[in-house]
Amino acid sequence: MMNPNTLLAIPLLPLAAAVLAGLFGRWIGRTGAHVVTILAVGAAFVLSASVASGLLSGETAPYNGAVYTWLVSDGIRMEVGFLVDQLSVLMMCVVTFVSLCVHIYTIGYMHEDPGYQRFFSYISLFTFAMLMLVMSNNFMQLFFGWEAVGVVSYLLIGFWYTRPSAIFANMKAFLVNRVGDFGFVLGIAGVVYFTGSLDYRDAFAAGPEIAAAKIALTSGTSVSAITLVCICLFIGAMGKSAQVPLHVWLPDSMEGPTPISALIHAATMVTAGIFMVARLSPLFELSETALTFILVIGATTALFMGFLGVINNDIKRVVAYSTLSQLGYMTVALGVSAYGAAIFHLMTHAFFKALLFLAAGSVIIGMHHEQDMRKMGGLAKVMPITAVTCWIGALALIGTPLFSGFYSKDFIIEAVAESHRAGAGYAYFCVLAGVFITALYTFRMVFMTFHGAPRWGQGAVAAHAHDDSAHDDHSHDHDHGHGHGGTPHESPWVVTLPLILLAIPSVLIGAYTVGPVLFGGYFGDAIRVLPANDVLGELSHHFHDPFSFALEAVGHPPFWLALAGVVSAWFVFLRNPQIADAFAARLASLRRVLEQKYYFDWFNEHVIAAGTRALGRGFWKFGDQTVIDGAIVNGSARVVGALAARMRLLQTGFLYSYAFWMVIGLAVLLGWFLVRG
Amino acid sequence: MLVQILFYGFSLLLIAAALGVIVTRNPVHSALCLVVAFFTSAALWLLIEAEFLAIVLVLVYVGAVMVLFLFVVMMLDINVEEVRKGFTRHAWVGWVAAFVVIAQIVGVYWFKGLGIDATVGAAPLPEGYSNTRALGEVLYTQYVYPFELAAVLLLVAIVAAIALTMRRRPGLKAQDVAKQVAVRREDRVRLVKMPAERRDEGSAP
Amino acid sequence: MITLQHMLTLSGILFALAVAGIFINRKNVILLLMCIELMLLAVNFSFVSFSRFLGNLDGQVFVFFVLTVAAAESAIGLAILVVLFRERRSINVEDLDTLKG
Repeated sequence: MMNPNTLLAIPLLPLAAAVLAGLFGRWIGRTGAHVVTILAVGAAFVLSASVASGLLSGETAPYNGAVYTWLVSDGIRMEVGFLVDQLSVLMMCVVTFVSLCVHIYTIGYMHEDPGYQRFFSYISLFTFAMLMLVMSNNFMQLFFGWEAVGVVSYLLIGFWYTRPSAIFANMKAFLVNRVGDFGFVLGIAGVVYFTGSLDYRDAFAAGPEIAAAKIALTSGTSVSAITLVCICLFIGAMGKSAQVPLHVWLPDSMEGPTPISALIHAATMVTAGIFMVARLSPLFELSETALTFILVIGATTALFMGFLGVINNDIKRVVAYSTLSQLGYMTVALGVSAYGAAIFHLMTHAFFKALLFLAAGSVIIGMHHEQDMRKMGGLAKVMPITAVTCWIGALALIGTPLFSGFYSKDFIIEAVAESHRAGAGYAYFCVLAGVFITALYTFRMVFMTFHGAPRWGQGAVAAHAHDDSAHDDHSHDHDHGHGHGGTPHESPWVVTLPLILLAIPSVLIGAYTVGPVLFGGYFGDAIRVLPANDVLGELSHHFHDPFSFALEAVGHPPFWLALAGVVSAWFVFLRNPQIADAFAARLASLRRVLEQKYYFDWFNEHVIAAGTRALGRGFWKFGDQTVIDGAIVNGSARVVGALAARMRLLQTGFLYSYAFWMVIGLAVLLGWFLVRG
Repeated sequence: MLVQILFYGFSLLLIAAALGVIVTRNPVHSALCLVVAFFTSAALWLLIEAEFLAIVLVLVYVGAVMVLFLFVVMMLDINVEEVRKGFTRHAWVGWVAAFVVIAQIVGVYWFKGLGIDATVGAAPLPEGYSNTRALGEVLYTQYVYPFELAAVLLLVAIVAAIALTMRRRPGLKAQDVAKQVAVRREDRVRLVKMPAERRDEGSAP
Repeated sequence: MITLQHMLTLSGILFALAVAGIFINRKNVILLLMCIELMLLAVNFSFVSFSRFLGNLDGQVFVFFVLTVAAAESAIGLAILVVLFRERRSINVEDLDTLKG
């Protein structure tokens, strides 16, 4: 039995540190702020690791219980409770470890920023919220954590709140997430409607009951309740995990400082949706339709968001689109019931994507806050540590055998190939093509940044700069000593240390954990898969040990596709850059579609936002002013007025007419008395 | 038999008096007709042994209210012709209304029944029964609060009537007692401080 | 023998005459007041008869109160009339239409 106080300490320590750094930052100073938050998050990591080791060695059983009852309303208990099993303990370790690395990294990245304490307060607060989310044992707390990470994400995207683009981006992230949250709340409401409880345990127990129920949409048609509930919940995941079409906020979120992009918008928060679906696997398993929906959405995201990475020139945005694409992979894994593979990819992705982001951040520091890759090149010589770690991250991302990303991604592809679910064929195509695209844009970024001829120091803006990265150019050089064109330099040790710390798991964790996590029954009861859907079980027959699997992979298409991607990236972007320009000229219309990000933003702005405004104006002009003000409020007053104008003629002011009416009344009363009964 | 003759006699007189009230041209005549109506009503109430109220009717109405009416009618200089104009034009409405009301009231009594047998006479009163005493017993026990309220109401009516009609005409040399009582020394006597004046010896007579 | 019927019919006739009087003398406020007194008398007639024929004294107590209120009413009514006449030099109802809607 775990000690609930230990579990309580894990989220509360970062919360306390956040309060300390946020409200008392002026007194404890910059050093005080980072010391206190790093200590708290470090302690949370150590505690999580000890809980994990206890759980994995079998000394303690998974913990599932409430620590505090907030209120009981109509039999529905709203509690703070923890469900710590193999799934959540893994998330806790990942969250606290990445958060710790980001905390350390931030010392270097933000050391010139006036909002230093505020920043530390926010990321500690984020750690708290994320831990509450993953440790929760009920929907209420899940939703609390869900919204809390959203709020912190909003605050951090708009961290440089004097920049209009940052304010626009955080508003966009918030609004798009509201769309997802609307679905999420409906899903939770559906669960509560059918089970009368917010507790996971009750919801899972009632799963078959919900599966049997139907919800009438109209009098004639009805849908399976479980499908509706699951799709609603998944819409929440679509918002948080940036799946098409609710992905639009994630690239813009790169307005925030880079450590945030690493922590929140790559490694942890955006995976909350993936985690949530895996957590609720006993429900999702019951709806084939919902899983197909998830599969198709995920596959679309995985492939089409990758394309956008190929044409972008902002180093952070390339990584951001890569994140979108990888989230798509995870979603695909969920869609084929390979929840274990999704979580496994989530974990490895957390490490190597955080690594890539932090490396990108390191490059940005080295380049004096220049993010345009067209002004980089040849940085490997001046930033060796960053270059090596970035290479490791890139290799892991494209799924080079033996690297962590290889195992997680390869098993997702295998699982899709194995699945017989509707849409699996489309998904298989998407994830395979995605491998090539991933390799292409990843190494395009690596080559453009670290290799080739240096393009920095010229000062001039590249000839065909387009507005995509224009607003990032000015960055915040007002608080940086140097201007553009200064000589790049390697980052200080507080920046490189987290890179090295993250590079280690990026290489090793895949080979080390793939066997137990995917096939060793690691998740136990935490994830439930119906026997008919168990694709990972199928795969386990082919899997013997990580190394022979890596050797075998050489014969499989994903390896060759990745290799082809790397080679073509090398050939097109490093060797003969004029080819890229030729392509760009030849496929101008395609390029425009990509540059406009498939017109999602255009659609949102011109159809949804403008439509909403038009609708609102219509309601205001017609509904409010004409109907309510005009007809109901003023209309009723006018009717009363008109009626009164007629009625006042009865008020003659003459005594005898009043008497006359009184007598009439008396006569009527008596007549009624006579006639009736 | 005698009672019946008296009843019909008084009834006819009452109806005639009521008619007189509403049709005579002179308001003074109307008031006098009303006095007759009250007297005959009192007589009819005596017939059915409601002696106390019969006496009160005569005292209050004839003695006070009707005197007041006559007083006002005679005090006010009313242009009777002006008021009587159009007397017959709308009279038929009044007669129709009266007919309808009679028909309805009688209809209610006669056809609805109300669970009361209206065709029997009153039960004879016991020997030595005093209507006044019985009424007084009820009035001063069960109805004592309404009785006190009625007294207050009358007081209010007196005050209101006086307040309404009282007027202060300018130039009237009436004595205002309240003003006399409320007067203060400062209002009447003024002490003036002045330097002592030396008597001029030379100019003294 | 006098019965309840006789008394009630008489009271009804009295009331109807008062109603007719209100219509006939619709211009003279004093006569309107008199007609109201007549109506009250008719109602009191009913009360006394019911009280007597049903053997319940409460009706007569009620008449007592009605007489009180009627006395108060006519006192104030006449006072208003006097004030009115002093202001307008007329008691013609047709001149009194300040409350006309």
